Amino acid sequence: MKNVRILLLLVVAAVVAVSTGLWADANSLPDRDLASEEATIEYDSDFDKMMAVLTHKRCVNCHPSDNYPRQGEDSHIHRFGVQRGDDNHGIAALRCETCHQHDNNNYSGVPGAPEWSLAPPSMAWQGLSRVEIAQSMLNPENNGGRNLEEIVEHLTEHELVLWAWEPGIDADGNEREKPPVPKDEYIAAVKSWAANGAIIPEQ
Amino acid sequence: MQISFTINGQAQSVDVDGQTPLLWVIRDLLDLKGTKFGCGKAACGACTIHVDGEAVRSCSYAVKFAGGKDITTIEGLVDNGALHPVQQAWKEEVVPQCGYCQPGFMMATAALLEKIPQPTDEDIDANIVNVCRCGTYYRMRKAIHRAAEIKNTLS
Repeated sequence: MKNVRILLLLVVAAVVAVSTGLWADANSLPDRDLASEEATIEYDSDFDKMMAVLTHKRCVNCHPSDNYPRQGEDSHIHRFGVQRGDDNHGIAALRCETCHQHDNNNYSGVPGAPEWSLAPPSMAWQGLSRVEIAQSMLNPENNGGRNLEEIVEHLTEHELVLWAWEPGIDADGNEREKPPVPKDEYIAAVKSWAANGAIIPEQ
Repeated sequence: MQISFTINGQAQSVDVDGQTPLLWVIRDLLDLKGTKFGCGKAACGACTIHVDGEAVRSCSYAVKFAGGKDITTIEGLVDNGALHPVQQAWKEEVVPQCGYCQPGFMMATAALLEKIPQPTDEDIDANIVNVCRCGTYYRMRKAIHRAAEIKNTLS
């Protein structure tokens, strides 16, 4: 009888332990609905959604305010002191095209897209606020003489811009971070923002 | 994928996966071993060649982009048996130590001299960013200036 009691106690203890997760470890936690736990960022406006992309490192790394491209997730100055050059494609024997071609190279981890280059100095965004970037973007003196339609086209169709959502892997095989807004949502936000007057909010 | 190009003045056609690094086509298919594999991530420059006269890191250059292009490797730098001024200068200054990285440096230098015939030290520092683990940079700098002299004398 004593043995039966002990066995009963052990069974009860086991049931309690399992039900309270005492035996669970990191690898045996029940599957969670991770997708539902990921915070979906809510943006107040099309402008906010657009600027969340345009201020992301995948864009700003090539819109520096000096003559050195940035690279990596920490936006460090491009290795080897790579420089802008007169045409924003590098200098005499160290061109962007020396290493970057028209698509990502997953063997070397070197990113690539058509017209890989820096944005001209007039389109420097590094260090600017969202409002300042938008003002500069709409200013024909800074934006290469583009009107609003052409700005939208550049922002939503240019292969180098859209590369941000296909940034490939680095030399260690790690995927580069994408902008925080899905591409289709970003494109819709840019078009909606423009269609509604391309209003830049107060500072 | 069939890809045709000119390499060191010779027409070539290869049938390979278009994503294959041009470096491997040059070394393994065309048996031109002068171009070296260093880091494999377009950082060290040992694999530097010329594509249409521009310095290119061939480890990071998919062969599909080479179609119709004019490619030069270190073997093609010689002109009708005469050493290129860069090669001549490298000999005169006894630049190489182990030598592994030198073809890449020479190709980068040859490309530089086409754009800047009389490079300053600053030009050299900015443009020639290859890596030499033996540390032959001092001799290379002298050789680059000497190569400019030879080239400008010939032209």
